[in-house]
Amino acid sequence: MVNLKLSEDKINQIKEICKSFNNEKGELINVLHKTQTMYGYLPAEVQEVIARELNVSTAHVYGVVTFYSFFTMIPKGEFPISICMGTACYVRGAEKVLDEFKRELKIAVGETSKDGKFSLSCLRCVGACGLAPVVLVGEKVYGRVSPDGVKDIIAEYKQ
Amino acid sequence: MAKFKMHLLVCGGTGCHASLSQTIGDNLKEILVEKGLDHEVQVIMTGCFGFCEKGPIVKVMPDNTFYTEVKPADAREIIEEHIIKGRKVNRLLYQDPENKEHVSDSKHMGFYKKQIRIALRNCGFIDPENIDEYIARDGYEALGKVLTEMDAQQTIDIIKKSGLRGRGGGGFPTGLKWEITSKSQADQKYVVCNADEGDPGAFMDRSILEGDPHSVIEAMAICGYSIGGTKGLVYIRAEYPLAITRLKIAIAQAREYGLLGTDILGSGFDFDIELRYGAGAFVCGEETALIHSMEGMRGEPTFKPPFPSVSGYLGKPTNVNNVETFASIPVIINKGADWFSSIGSEKSKGTKVFALAGKINNVGLIEVPMGITLREIIYEIGGGIKDGKKFKAVQTGGPSGGCLTEHHLDTPIDYDNLIAAGSMMGSGGMIVMDEDDCMVSVAKFYLDFTVEESCGKCTPCRIGNKRLYEILETITQGKGTMEDLQKLKNLSYVIKDASLCGLGQTSPNPVLSTLDNFWDEYVEHVTVKKCRSSQCKALMQYIIEAEQCVGCTACARNCPVNAISGERKLAHYINQDICIKCGACMEKCKFNAISIK
Repeated sequence: MVNLKLSEDKINQIKEICKSFNNEKGELINVLHKTQTMYGYLPAEVQEVIARELNVSTAHVYGVVTFYSFFTMIPKGEFPISICMGTACYVRGAEKVLDEFKRELKIAVGETSKDGKFSLSCLRCVGACGLAPVVLVGEKVYGRVSPDGVKDIIAEYKQ
Repeated sequence: MAKFKMHLLVCGGTGCHASLSQTIGDNLKEILVEKGLDHEVQVIMTGCFGFCEKGPIVKVMPDNTFYTEVKPADAREIIEEHIIKGRKVNRLLYQDPENKEHVSDSKHMGFYKKQIRIALRNCGFIDPENIDEYIARDGYEALGKVLTEMDAQQTIDIIKKSGLRGRGGGGFPTGLKWEITSKSQADQKYVVCNADEGDPGAFMDRSILEGDPHSVIEAMAICGYSIGGTKGLVYIRAEYPLAITRLKIAIAQAREYGLLGTDILGSGFDFDIELRYGAGAFVCGEETALIHSMEGMRGEPTFKPPFPSVSGYLGKPTNVNNVETFASIPVIINKGADWFSSIGSEKSKGTKVFALAGKINNVGLIEVPMGITLREIIYEIGGGIKDGKKFKAVQTGGPSGGCLTEHHLDTPIDYDNLIAAGSMMGSGGMIVMDEDDCMVSVAKFYLDFTVEESCGKCTPCRIGNKRLYEILETITQGKGTMEDLQKLKNLSYVIKDASLCGLGQTSPNPVLSTLDNFWDEYVEHVTVKKCRSSQCKALMQYIIEAEQCVGCTACARNCPVNAISGERKLAHYINQDICIKCGACMEKCKFNAISIK
């Protein structure tokens, strides 16, 4: 585990979030959502603070964080790239698109590029099956992506 | 309030949104202002029209003109030609694929002809962010009727009589569920809307929440009144930001109008709704897992009984229904149980929304009466298979469902027939596959999903599915044996029998149904080591036909691993030991000299 020290500010922000949910342990998932939106990811230190505030074990928080695919303990890139691997996208060639991204960015799924610019992940169906295969960069949706188009998408964010 | 003579409905569903429909709407508005028409013509961003293949869609009312594949730059022409001069813009009209004629009214398009829209009745008609538009289409009338004219049991009786069954996949009779919850004694009961649409390839719940959020709110209040609960919770995927925003707006508006909150419509009935966010776990579609997730825990299912109707959220009786089920409720109350049960088949009443996707011409969201055949859906509504290829299978029910073949094309679709055919209704994903899809790979694809999504509680599901996946992997690599096929079958039955929840009990379905329907294909993979769809890389070879090759070197230059050798102007050769089967050479060859063997 990376040894990183949370600043007093950050700790207070997290405490504020917990407080806004009345430090209720049943609100853990909402607290995690809010914290991840603010902090970008949920490293162990952050989980420890949340566990203390909601009066649950760190193991419980860790168990929840690792159970759900939406939560991440690794910081995402500045431009998180997600490839839809829903069935509709799969049968229209999402796997080839994914392979091309891996090759171009030289990272595997779940990793972040060295310069911190891009991270790669797969997700299940964004509900735009009419545009399959679909790629998301941040919240921007790219439809009918072909392996040939991958370079252009990356280039848009490279400068 | 301004009176508008014409309306321009612009699809604001996720698919069209991604194709810049918001910009189209903005452009239309801007040009209307420029022409001084903004007091006569109104632009409305609506929910999904369903015809995602031809999006973005702009519909002109009242003449029902349906423009397809509109681009932001087309806004001016639509206004200058259609709105001002009254001439339709032909090039943006839908073209009938058979007779090539332009069709301007969606009623006459093959895609819409056979559809009956109940759950989707308002999607594409109203502005989902404006409660007045929902009310104008009889919105909240059912709630008013229930609160002022009926008691709880009468309401439940209507739902029971209508024959409505849960649209989330299980198909449990909705009225019965309400009745059980209403009979449970407790100081608080909960109404939960399951909007954790985790089935890859299904997007109807999202479209309803984005296009008609009030119908779900109204139905949840009706449900609360019937079961004796005052609290509603919507469990929604965090991956659906647009649906969340629209739902929040709708809840705030309903509160403002006194349709949520205390003493609704002066009836003394209190009801309010809160949102709970999912965090990406397929198993949370299962009721008990969903409830645990709402309580802030890992979404692991628990043994039933007790059913949530007796002991659910925080130990209180909880009625869980899916978005689509709720969206059908207000219409049933308004139009009556008999009207609803007159649609559909004997045991499955009403309509079902399907997300039609995959290798089909008209991808989109459709709502059809139960009992319609697959043939009607695929060939009449779906417009047939893409690129004129041959139909191979249709997968229904997502990772819990199975693959149906051309033998099933004329089976009327309802809950029971689909189960009898080895698949299931599920939430309504319908993925069409053509001759290029390898069924072993498809089964592997679904197992990959299940392995990742299994919560890990039951050993047969956690470990068994992983083993299934590995066996399938071996087969696609050309190392499988006939014995492996038997193992697949045996293991599948063990997993089905020994898992606690719906996920494990159905996860081997894609394997079993493909084994049943595509046995030959499996045998080919293990005996002659051949994949007839050329999808399994290990089983294919790229070959250069010497007669066709002119020696242009394009393939050799594009090969990422330098597996191709040959002199300029002479036939080239692929070294199979080096080739990684990426297919780059075949794509670059202009002389069709490269083929897959």
